[in-house]
Amino acid sequence: MSETTFPEKNLSRRDVLKIAWAFLGGVALLETAGVFISYLQPRLAEGEFGSIITAGLVDEFPPNSVTHITNGRLYIVRLGDGGFVSIYHRCTHLGCTVPWDQTAQKFICPCHNSQFDQQGLVENPPAPRPLDMFPVIIENGEVKVDTGTILQRNHTKLHR
Amino acid sequence: MTEQTPQPDPEPSVLDRMRERLVPDGMPSDDRGRMRMVMDSLILHIHPAKVEVSTLKWTYTWGLGGLAGLLMMILGVTGIILINNYTPSAPQAYLDILELNSNVWFGELIRNLHHWSANLLIVVSVLHLIRVFVTGAYRPPRELNWLIGVAMLLLVIGANFTGYLLPWDQLAYWAITVGTSIISYIPLIGNWLSRLILGGPEVGANTLLNFYSMHISFIPLLIFGLMSYHFWRVRKDGGLTLPKKAESTLDVKPERVTTIPHLVRREFVFAIVWIAIILVFAMLVPAPLEGIANPDMSPNPAKAPWYFMGLQELLLHFHPLFGAIILPGFAILAIFLLPFFDINLASVGVYFRSQRGRSLTLLGIGLALIATPIWILLDEYVLNWNAWLPTWDMLISNGLIPLAVILLPLIFLDEWMHKTFQADTEERVLFIAAFLFIAFIVLTVIGIFFRGPGMSLNWPWAMPVH
Ligand code: HEM
Ligand code: HEM
Ligand code: FES
Repeated sequence: MSETTFPEKNLSRRDVLKIAWAFLGGVALLETAGVFISYLQPRLAEGEFGSIITAGLVDEFPPNSVTHITNGRLYIVRLGDGGFVSIYHRCTHLGCTVPWDQTAQKFICPCHNSQFDQQGLVENPPAPRPLDMFPVIIENGEVKVDTGTILQRNHTKLHR
Repeated sequence: MTEQTPQPDPEPSVLDRMRERLVPDGMPSDDRGRMRMVMDSLILHIHPAKVEVSTLKWTYTWGLGGLAGLLMMILGVTGIILINNYTPSAPQAYLDILELNSNVWFGELIRNLHHWSANLLIVVSVLHLIRVFVTGAYRPPRELNWLIGVAMLLLVIGANFTGYLLPWDQLAYWAITVGTSIISYIPLIGNWLSRLILGGPEVGANTLLNFYSMHISFIPLLIFGLMSYHFWRVRKDGGLTLPKKAESTLDVKPERVTTIPHLVRREFVFAIVWIAIILVFAMLVPAPLEGIANPDMSPNPAKAPWYFMGLQELLLHFHPLFGAIILPGFAILAIFLLPFFDINLASVGVYFRSQRGRSLTLLGIGLALIATPIWILLDEYVLNWNAWLPTWDMLISNGLIPLAVILLPLIFLDEWMHKTFQADTEERVLFIAAFLFIAFIVLTVIGIFFRGPGMSLNWPWAMPVH
């Protein structure tokens, strides 16, 4: 009475074939989905935004300046100590282009009034993280920016 | 006996055989009969032969489903014509619209018709949804048709959104930029999905092509397929729900009349009147068009399309994960699930369920009209969780805390309805829905009319011109 018996699991030939067909069908579906998704992947052309662009000569950027490089969609920020930072001009809130406000010495987004300091750190939300950056390469006295690599900074706290 | 070969009939001509296939029962002998045959077989594909008299009453459905269908047809026809004068590439798309407006016969009229019908369709679909909701017409057996309806509403919004980008002006570019950035806040797959849809890191040539192909193939195919099914299900579910008066015990005796002419005549007049209204409107009011898209210059303020302004207003008050994903996600989920937990068949067909339902709806509307502006003003000028809790994660200070501030009173209100007014489930659903919907409308109106440069609050008449 207390003995539990597991019912014998009988796999008929028909069942095996059914499972095999279902499996093959599933694989075919997955492959099709894979083809579609790869086909739809973004296509990036050489020389467009996304490649390495030359912003200008090092000497063209005085210390403590912010310069908009429109074809690279970015700002070259030269800090007081002479260092370079390259900041993506796209707001991290909802993607508007953020202008540099020379008098306020801040980036102020026209869309929902996010504000960022000279290095792109959030001073006023709703932006949830600092402006993104690109790697800067200094080569033969030229400032180059790798716009293919977007560096996200993921702090979510305010900087004041 | 000799076998006699059967004499073959005189061979019918090709024309006769064609006619035989087209009209197997033979043509009626008179003109009237012939006309009638064609019309009848067409109409009775969509409609049943007889309909209930009470459902013909104009003040029950307000003809909203029919109007949505009419707008779909206008959109399909004008859309197909527009394809001939439109190139989905930047900057040609914008130039094509200019050309359409100035150099193509009736070009501007066709564009205006498409534009205004599309916008009206959103309003009409939502009103139709409200009609179905407040008459309880989604209850068994009509749950499936409700689900299909919600899917169509989402697709209509999708069609509007993908269409919005096509003119490639500043309005289009920035509205789509703001709208698609919301996607990147979806946890885990957000960034990948947004790149896939945009075809790159930001709105550009690839985005235009992607949106165009969605707009003219995938979305319309789905909508028109679902719409046919929606119509068929109305028949399959036994026709429309029957209108009833609140608290009336006497059963209206069902009385059926023939669809032709009783229903068809009404539909015909209704369609003619609405076509005239839309035509006149499209002749008088041009669809907006601004300067060509310029990725380096966001206009100030940059606003999403009007039907997303409620969401954009929410985004001013919440961390984007809450404002753009969690809250709207829950709202859509709740709308989908409504017919499965509001199932009292007794009040199907009664506007607002009951006398008490009517009062509670009014109460919900009134409370929302008062509470929403107060909350917005408080959040704008007084509450500043970020500054008060500077070391807290913004997900909490700008997400969970304001959410709790809103939800707690709502839960309290619901309890109060239950305890004080003995409201049952269907009346509580009505109350909460009325409150939330009107709150959303208030957010939308404030977003559209009261937000100026830098998204600061302004009176509409005191708006600085930029
Ligand atoms: C539910 C159905 C549809 C909706 C809601 C819709 C919505 C829109 C909207 C809002 C625009 C932008 C209009 C403007 O401001 O200029 C647009 C443009 C356009 N639509 Fe549609 N549409 C729908 C169906 C279709 C269909 C079926 C086609 C063609 C097969 C089509 C083809 C076009 C074309 C070519 C444009 C670009 C021309 C222009 O911008 O005026 N649409 N649509
Ligand atoms: C977007 C395009 C839509 C079209 C063209 C459409 C069309 C129609 C039509 C012609 C009817 C017949 C009765 C009437 O006019 O009220 C109907 C009924 C119905 N619709 Fe829609 N509809 C649409 C969207 C929706 C939406 C968004 C919902 C709800 C989420 C919905 C749910 C229903 C239900 C449940 C019925 C049956 C109502 C009853 O029996 O009283 N539909 N629809
Ligand atoms: S997009 Fe910059 S603040 Fe919203």
